[in-house]
Amino acid sequence: MSNATRTVPAEPTTSGPITAGPAAGKRRIRTGQERTNWPATAILAACTLAVLVPLYVTISMAFKTTGQAVDGNAFSLPSPLSFDSFVQAWTLTNFPRGFAISVFVSVTAVIGEIVVSALAAYAIVRNWDRRLFRWSFFYLLAAMFIPFPVVALPQIQLTGLVGLDNPLGVAILHIVFALAFNTMLFTAFLRSIPLELEESMRMDGAGTWQVFWRLIFPLLGPMSATVGIFAFIASWNDFMMPSLIISDPEMQTIPVLQKIFQTQFSNSYNVAFASYLMAMAPAIVVYLFTQRWVMSGLTQGAVK
Amino acid sequence: MSSMTKPSTITVVPPEAAPKAATARKSRVDPLYYFFLFPSLAIFTLAVTLPAVLGFVYSFTNSVGFGDFEFIGIRNFIAVFRDEGILGAYGFTLAFSLVTVVVVNILAFLLALGLTSRVRFRTALRTVFVIPMVISGIVIAFVFQYLFSNSLPLLGKGMGIEPLASSILANPDLAWLAIVFVTAWQSIPSAMLIYIAGLLTVPAEVYEASSIDGATPWHNLRHITLPLVAGYAVINTVLGFKNYLNAYDIIVGLTDGGPGVATRSVAMAIFRGFEGGDYAYQMANAVVFFLISIAIALIQLRFTRGKGGIA
Repeated sequence: MSNATRTVPAEPTTSGPITAGPAAGKRRIRTGQERTNWPATAILAACTLAVLVPLYVTISMAFKTTGQAVDGNAFSLPSPLSFDSFVQAWTLTNFPRGFAISVFVSVTAVIGEIVVSALAAYAIVRNWDRRLFRWSFFYLLAAMFIPFPVVALPQIQLTGLVGLDNPLGVAILHIVFALAFNTMLFTAFLRSIPLELEESMRMDGAGTWQVFWRLIFPLLGPMSATVGIFAFIASWNDFMMPSLIISDPEMQTIPVLQKIFQTQFSNSYNVAFASYLMAMAPAIVVYLFTQRWVMSGLTQGAVK
Repeated sequence: MSSMTKPSTITVVPPEAAPKAATARKSRVDPLYYFFLFPSLAIFTLAVTLPAVLGFVYSFTNSVGFGDFEFIGIRNFIAVFRDEGILGAYGFTLAFSLVTVVVVNILAFLLALGLTSRVRFRTALRTVFVIPMVISGIVIAFVFQYLFSNSLPLLGKGMGIEPLASSILANPDLAWLAIVFVTAWQSIPSAMLIYIAGLLTVPAEVYEASSIDGATPWHNLRHITLPLVAGYAVINTVLGFKNYLNAYDIIVGLTDGGPGVATRSVAMAIFRGFEGGDYAYQMANAVVFFLISIAIALIQLRFTRGKGGIA
């Protein structure tokens, strides 16, 4: 932001009407710094095609009839426009059930990640002088280097053993695997909250429980938003964990359900793409509405 | 934009400054703090540490995943190092990770450079460029799989380009390129945002001063921008390797390890542990994989120490 505010006011708004030759006048006053870099804009705009073309193909394929979809031309516009594929995808994947399960996993992961990591981070930060809490932090940090594939096989067995080979188990694993990273984010944020705020509240007789929920947790809001959005994107889109942990195919999440278009219905391209579109749309919509936190969160998370 | 300047305040240094004052005030810990921390520690131990330890123990046995087993020493490990399938998976995974890290860093840096220059529609452009980050890996892999195996060959035939006339996913020598492409497509946004954050920390005055001294844009890039964002390149490399070494979703969607086993990643090999009684054997593979991942992470950190990186 500092960049923008510093240079934008330099634009002289009064010069226009006064100077005789407007083009020449502007040229002199506007230095290279403020001029729009049109070549760069054009190049970047061209680069967006790399993102937009696959999305366009997904959307246009989804609205085609089966007859048009099999001609192999992915870039043609749908004609006639057909909604049949959505109807078929809806029933083939049993979309409402998959959607409900995906929502359950995501919502549980989002709430769980925020609450569990915030509580843990608060306990660690406020008791940093105690060995037990300090070591807990390093314990979590060290385990961050364990990737899911390394522990997957015993984990699959254990979840089966305790009856968590279901969406709830997947949500818990999402919470657990993100715990180290989220706790680190929250501890970093908590350090910036002055202790005086808390002490005055304690002076008025509030206990740790009230202090956390009435003061600390609300203050953690921006960080919670970031953690929550990334928890949503990760759990909504994940394929690896649910495909391995959830044993009942009827209980699978949306991304895993898409596999049926590779195995059983491999020629119904339009239906497949309609289904892909329904699978990716929720995450894109959430992203468009929460961009601010996505941007800030990523950069905060990265600089660890 | 304002939100992107924040990261510089967060470092890896553990939280020690704040609680100093608390030490004097508190003589004993409020038991509630244990309640805040220990349930999550307990679940964490059960869900991550315990499986890790179990897997380590199993890797020295001949277990098939259930029933009786006995300890057989390091025979699994010896077998892993002699298994051409597994060595191939390591070769593929490492080469793929290396290429992807390089490709992603170069493209992400260029995009970040573009988006922090005086371009129009900056917010809209950035919004579009970030979209791939929020799309499910396997779903977009299915979309690209269609494009690679149906549309691209059609295009290739039409334009008379021989190598494109058939699906590159069916070509054992080229299929990995498709995987690099889609993986890069998905992971460029996050690397780009990190580079943007890095570029925004360079004060405009620095460029102004050097321009007055007659520096060309190329000089600025070479002697100011690149050294200052070096730390961010390290972050992107470390995070990138961490993700790419575990590559799974996109490969399943594009080639499912094929043609043959040409694009089978280590993660895919490990997950086959439930087929054909390879349980303990693949656990040994997982242990080796874990050690290699740690080694790569340590090498990267070692490399960057003293370079003024942020990580």
